[in-house]
Amino acid sequence: MSVAEVHFSKVSKFFGAFCAVEELTLDIEKGDMVAILGKTGCGKSTMFNMIAGLQDPTSGGVRVQGHDPFREFDWFRGKIAIVFQNDRLLPWRTAVQNVELGLEMLDRPAAERREKAMSWLTRLGLAGHENDYPHALSGGMRQRVSIARAFATDASILLCDEPFSALDEITANRLREEFATLVRQNHKTAVFITHSINEALSIGQRVIVLRRPARIALDERLPDKLTSDGAEALRQRIQGILSEEDRVVIS
Amino acid sequence: MGDSAAQSATSKGVQRILTILAPFALLAGIWHFASTQLPDYLVPPLDRVFWRALAIIVDFSLFKDVLATAGRIMAGLAGAFVIGGVFAVLMHKSRRVEDFLGPILNFFQGIPALSWVVFAIIWFKHIEARILFIMVVTALPAFSFQILSALRAMSKDLVEMVLSFRPTRAKMFRMLVLPSILPEILTSWRVNIGNASRVVVVAELVGATGGVGYRLLEQQQLFDMAGALAWTLQLVFFVLITQKILNLIEAWAFKYRAQSERSL
Ligand SMILES: Nc1ncnc2c1ncn2[C@@H]1O[C@H](COP(=O)(O)OP(=O)(O)O)[C@@H](O)[C@H]1O
Ligand SMILES: [Mg+2]
Repeated sequence: MSVAEVHFSKVSKFFGAFCAVEELTLDIEKGDMVAILGKTGCGKSTMFNMIAGLQDPTSGGVRVQGHDPFREFDWFRGKIAIVFQNDRLLPWRTAVQNVELGLEMLDRPAAERREKAMSWLTRLGLAGHENDYPHALSGGMRQRVSIARAFATDASILLCDEPFSALDEITANRLREEFATLVRQNHKTAVFITHSINEALSIGQRVIVLRRPARIALDERLPDKLTSDGAEALRQRIQGILSEEDRVVIS
Repeated sequence: MGDSAAQSATSKGVQRILTILAPFALLAGIWHFASTQLPDYLVPPLDRVFWRALAIIVDFSLFKDVLATAGRIMAGLAGAFVIGGVFAVLMHKSRRVEDFLGPILNFFQGIPALSWVVFAIIWFKHIEARILFIMVVTALPAFSFQILSALRAMSKDLVEMVLSFRPTRAKMFRMLVLPSILPEILTSWRVNIGNASRVVVVAELVGATGGVGYRLLEQQQLFDMAGALAWTLQLVFFVLITQKILNLIEAWAFKYRAQSERSL
């Protein structure tokens, strides 16, 4: 078997004396779409930041494609793409210029950048808005631009930190489906963080539930066709784990 | 129909110009009234000041003094901007450097321009070196603190977003840092040009044999009020023109910003 695409071994992260992630061990295989579920404050973003190389673990090892994402800054250029909770578009760039950002980092020629960016904007339904500045776009449109930006570099790993939680439900549902289709079509390894059980079940091929501080409470691979009964049973189990968590906090 | 739109645009333009000119017209009116009541050597008539100011602009042997002073202002500000930029980046990167440089710059801020004139005369021999030193050292604290605060105000979200693409240092600067801090940089230039144009005439007391400050001293010795005003006006024009240029840069650089239809 090949090396895992993302590998955590006994990873802990402390902020001062506060433990956000505790001895987390985890493997994510290439091409898998993993939903990571947990309550607000359980350390999901911290874990995410360690995969993204934005934070360094206090102890333990994080490996992405066999490399250290925090130390090997240049090695990862073009290899990881991120969709954040908020769109994080550069306000001084138009939609298409924002999508081109990652391609500029990779020194792609201008014509190729523009063509790629335009094709992703078009796929996300934003043709005609390419020259709009972010302030002129709605929240849903802005998040679409940021998804296009993430896909445009064709990185093999896609990280998403609650990307639809700031959108209204209808927009979020539609975007979630489009997103899942794009991930499958493009054979990405995706780590999708969420605090919504429904979102985790609808997007993940594998669902991991985290307890606070981040430790694995449940790790379940979903069958290709999840029956509504099966989904309901799993939802109940996850609900149970999360509410047990509440009792632990209160007691 | 295009005609009437064009017409209303012109009339709006005219109205704007009138609004801008109104306070100056009032000032001129008061001055004119005073000039009819008081002797000419105290309050010279407006037309005489006007012709004297114009004479400076059209006569290159005089106008070169205006250019010399403008050059000193810009050289001093450019120097202070570069050094202040380096200080700001260092302070932004390291708490230690900030704890060290911050108090020194604050201390400098409390020293009057005239004290620097004295120090410059003692420390430097060359006249232009003295002036450059004074101009740089008086603008340095403000530039350092303004650039530092611009760096601090950069959005952490955007920094992380750009970092996630693993940019080179140069790209990070060009794509994120520069556009983020540009608004505050332009404001700091606006403020510092105003300050520097007041400091420069003091700096020119170090023995300059040309420049607006030198010419002002000359007018004082001649007891020539119209001349003193005419030279002062040159500096005021310089400030107004540079501010106008900065406004144009700002309008061009920030066309991406949302405009509220209602103002505060
Ligand atoms: N930079 C930080 N400094 C101190 N505490 C932090 C920092 N980042 C996160 N935390 C704490 O770690 C815990 C987990 O945070 P986070 O990973 O953002 O949770 P989640 O994304 O699951 O909501 C929270 O209690 C938060 O307050
Ligand atoms: Mg979070």
